[in-house]
Amino acid sequence: MKWSQEKGGAVAILINEGTRIIVQGFTGKIGTFHAQDMINYGSNVVGGITPGKGGQQHLGLPVFNTVKEAVQQVGAEASIIFVPPAFAADSIMEAADAGIKYCVAITDGIPTQDMMTVKNFLRRFPEKERMILTGPNCAGTISPGRAMLGIMPGHIYMWGCVGIVGRSGTLGYEAADQMKALGIGISTSVGIGGDPINGSSHRDILEIFEEDTETRIVVMIGEIGGPQEVEAGVFSKENMSKPLIAYIAGLTAPEGRRMGHAGAIISSVGESAAEKVAILRDHGVIICPTPAAMGKTVAEVLASM
Amino acid sequence: MATFSLYFYEINEGDVLDIHEYQAKEILAEYGVKIAEGGLAYSPKEAVQRAREISGNIWVVKAQIHSGARGKAGGIKICRTHNEIEAAAEELLGKKLVTHQTGPAGKVCSRVYIEAGTDIAKELYLCFLVDRSYERIVMVGSAQGGMEIEKLAETSPDAIKKIYIEPAVGLQDFQARKMAFALGLEAAQLSHAVKTIKGCYRALRDLDASMLEINPLVITSSGELIALDAKMSFDDNALFRRHKIAELRDKTQVDPREVAAAEHGLSYIGLDGDIGCMINGAGLAMATMDMIKLAGGEPANFLDVGGGASAERTEKAFRLVLADKGVKAMLVNIFAGINRCDWIAEGVVHAVKNIDMKIPLIVRLSGTNVKEGRRIIAESGLPIIMAETLAEAAEKAVQARNEMVARKGGRSGNFN
Repeated sequence: MKWSQEKGGAVAILINEGTRIIVQGFTGKIGTFHAQDMINYGSNVVGGITPGKGGQQHLGLPVFNTVKEAVQQVGAEASIIFVPPAFAADSIMEAADAGIKYCVAITDGIPTQDMMTVKNFLRRFPEKERMILTGPNCAGTISPGRAMLGIMPGHIYMWGCVGIVGRSGTLGYEAADQMKALGIGISTSVGIGGDPINGSSHRDILEIFEEDTETRIVVMIGEIGGPQEVEAGVFSKENMSKPLIAYIAGLTAPEGRRMGHAGAIISSVGESAAEKVAILRDHGVIICPTPAAMGKTVAEVLASM
Repeated sequence: MATFSLYFYEINEGDVLDIHEYQAKEILAEYGVKIAEGGLAYSPKEAVQRAREISGNIWVVKAQIHSGARGKAGGIKICRTHNEIEAAAEELLGKKLVTHQTGPAGKVCSRVYIEAGTDIAKELYLCFLVDRSYERIVMVGSAQGGMEIEKLAETSPDAIKKIYIEPAVGLQDFQARKMAFALGLEAAQLSHAVKTIKGCYRALRDLDASMLEINPLVITSSGELIALDAKMSFDDNALFRRHKIAELRDKTQVDPREVAAAEHGLSYIGLDGDIGCMINGAGLAMATMDMIKLAGGEPANFLDVGGGASAERTEKAFRLVLADKGVKAMLVNIFAGINRCDWIAEGVVHAVKNIDMKIPLIVRLSGTNVKEGRRIIAESGLPIIMAETLAEAAEKAVQARNEMVARKGGRSGNFN
């Protein structure tokens, strides 16, 4: 059972208009800017965390020293992290420990070994109680018209029935924009981030979309490198009733020139865009041929349903 | 479907800092890994001096460049006299070596490492790296070391042993012993092997390395275990807490344009095409490059300007793209989220006026304050070609490039 909340008749995954949101790194410049932006969008921001500034008010909301206090005093359910890279992993673990259900880590530049520690820490919780993490290095999650837990331009997203999961922020905007131009809306758009080790994978988000009654089809925006797109393809073939459309960026990207041979022997699945596309197609995923055709491909699939 | 031809992709694998073999060996020696006696030289005379300091009568002169497969490229020379050492160093220093890991441009050798010759009985393979699927460090070893480990992975994957390390508890002795036995080591070598393997893991963890490869790890004829080569890469994101590692950066081993870009917080990778690109976000940048190619063009670079693209940053990005004299048209594709299109437009207008650009510029703006952004560009009076969609932007860029080539006979640059 994944966490979702029903309010006002509309169901969205991960977040909704009622979700009580806190901002970690609340009083910093970036945290302040985006907290205000989320409030303007209509997200239910109930406070924030800045250790040492507990008891103060910021943007008319309470500041807490710890996440635990925010959970106890204002019933915080979801958090968004704007803490600098050196301290971000710690903030994620604090959120998980305090009982936050869903956390978006925006921070770009968290050391890989720190993320290894975070993932290991999260696995200590029983699956039912485990915090869902998306990011780091992502644009966040938005359920159009209801709540935004991220840094995206909210106005380009229209409410509808298409789920989006993607690694890239701006390419996700591009997809939403193309769909809006064709009158197609989005149920929820989830950014999982571009880092080598991240919270939720494409596959994890597909699992949530499959259970979501509001979402009719899902668009996955992937990239070269890493195993997650292929894992998602396998999952969709075995477990999904909803159509999955995928675009993989980097068909023309040059091979990286890394020292050593180590990378070549660790993975047994294709990591180039062409290999990923071939594997996904084999698994029944609808391939979007160009990044300019994301909206059009979704429209065609919707029309055929 | 197994494929072993793949390499890491620079664009989204997370940036790394590579270091030289001699630097990696110095680090490993501190962690109890045995290395052959050696010393660094910047000139042929110094090379001979290093050889005099090292005992024995056979030496190896090794080009220090950030690449593997140096042997095949002539970067490793076995010498029996001091004259041979001087000649080898003379030949290597200042030379560009091309391996399949450096790309066609090659990498310049500005220092050589002189090492005592090792009497090799057997060559093994050992490496540690972060496995993205398992989200753990994996230790990989094979009793068949030396060259072409990718081929081995393809032809006899069973000859490669992988052991995953639980991050909370670290590498245990039994795991190190398991690897030692998989490498075919004998009982007499066991305790030193465990020390070597654990030392490698400790170095990787303590220093935020993302990769450590010893190829080959050799057993000498006297039964010693020696790291004959060593490569280490470090997580760029962790350098804020690894100052000593950050100091090991050798800018001569990186494309100077990438170095210049990094100094301005821009992510740049030079490519072989002639359509310059400036885009925000790595994913959108890759997608735009895909579109250029699909429209019949070739991108000259990957350039992610990131989030807050100020006027100053925009101008720096323009200069960086146009520094490549082969660029015949430039495409700017910005989807403003945190950014605002009007700020970007002002930055672009400012940059074009300051730089006195002589090649066609195609701008596509989308997102926050797009109307205002388009108005600023239209009212600037500059000959900027506007595009509304991604497809239109790529097509117009390719068209403008083709017209430019037709006009100039395809030979001139942007004469900046």
